[in-house]
Amino acid sequence: MPVDEGLKSELQKRGVFVMPVEFLYNWSRKSSLWPVQFGLACCAIEMIAAAAARHDIARFGAEVFRASPRQADLMIVSGTVTKKMAPQVVRLYNQMPEPKYVIAMGACAISGGPFKDGYDVLKGVDRYIPVDIHIPGCPPRPEALLHALMTLQEKISKQHLNETRWYDKNAPAEYPIPQYGAHDLEPPVNRELWQPPQETPKK
Amino acid sequence: MPTVEQIREMLSAGAAKSSLLVEREDLLAVAKFLKTDPQLQFDFCSCVTAVDYIKQDCIEVVYHLYSVALKHGPVALKVRAPRALEQCHVPSLTPVWRGCEFQEREAFDLFGVKFDGHPDLRRILMWDEFVDHPMRKDYIPPMDYEWEPTPHGETLARAKMQGGTVPASALEAKK
Repeated sequence: MPVDEGLKSELQKRGVFVMPVEFLYNWSRKSSLWPVQFGLACCAIEMIAAAAARHDIARFGAEVFRASPRQADLMIVSGTVTKKMAPQVVRLYNQMPEPKYVIAMGACAISGGPFKDGYDVLKGVDRYIPVDIHIPGCPPRPEALLHALMTLQEKISKQHLNETRWYDKNAPAEYPIPQYGAHDLEPPVNRELWQPPQETPKK
Repeated sequence: MPTVEQIREMLSAGAAKSSLLVEREDLLAVAKFLKTDPQLQFDFCSCVTAVDYIKQDCIEVVYHLYSVALKHGPVALKVRAPRALEQCHVPSLTPVWRGCEFQEREAFDLFGVKFDGHPDLRRILMWDEFVDHPMRKDYIPPMDYEWEPTPHGETLARAKMQGGTVPASALEAKK
C-alpha cells in the first residue's frame, strides 16, 4: 500500500518509520546472508580473498562463513564440482534451512568450464540444485563475487512473501541426491530442474 | 638380460636418465636390489604411473626412482602387463617403497592394473561403484553432453546422438 510521501517524511522527523512488512522482511534477510563455509577449487581462494581485509565482504553482512549448513543462508559453489563431490554438494544444499540461495561462482560451477570435456566433471551445478546467480570468470575476481552478492540482494529485495518458494506447498522440500553409478551419476541430471536450453533467437 | 654387475655399472656410472624394463617375475627382486645395493641406494620412489600401449596390447607401469643418499637419479623402472583386465597383474612395490601405496592405487583406478601384494588396493579418485578405467585409450566417456551455442567436431556428433539439444542452425551450418 503506497504511503503518502509527505506524511512519510513528516512521520520520519518524529522518529516513526512507515514501510510495508515485506520491505523489512526482505531488508533484514538480504543484510545478513551467511554463506556455508566450503570451497571446491581455486575459486574458493578468491572467495577467501573477498572475505579478507582488502575486499571485506563484511560490508554486505555476509562475513560469517558458517561451518554448518544448518546455520547458513547462502551457498557459494566456488569451483569445479566433480561427480564424486556432486552428491555431497546436493546434500549440503538440502540440509540448509529456507530461505536459501545459491551462487554458482566461476566457469566450472556454471558449466564445467575448462574441464567440461572431462569424464568426472559435472557440467554445471544447476543440473542438480537451483542457482540464483551465476558469476562468469576463471576464477572471478573478488569484486565479481561482491557484485554477485549485491545482485542477489537486489533479487531478495524484490521478492514477495506470497511468492516465495518456502511458503509454496508444491515446491520440493529437498532435491534428489544423485547416486554413484557404474559409468556416471544416476541420474546424470535432474530433469525437473534442468532442461537443455533451446536455441536462442537470432538478433 | 644384463647381469647385476652391468646394471650396477650402468646406473651408478651414468647415474641417471636410465631405464630398466624388467619382467614381471623379476620386478620385486630388482626393486629390492636397487634399494639395498650400496652403490645404488635408490631409497626414494617419486612417481608411479602407467602407460597404455594399445597397439602393442600391453600396459606399462613406470616407477621413477631417486637416491637421496647418493644424490643420483632418476631411473625409470618399467614393467609390462597384458591389457586384458583379468591378466593385468603386476607385483606391488609398496612393500619396498612405502610411498608407492597411493600412486599404485591411482594406477589401479585409472588403468586397471592390479598390484599383487598391495596392502589396500581400492579406487582412490573415482567412486567405488565405478567400473571403468578412464585413462585407458579404449575408454568411452559418459554421454553427458553440454549444450553449446555453436557445437562442432566431436561435440556436435555427440549432441546429434543425444538429440533435441542442438540448435538447428548449427546443424545447418555444418551441412
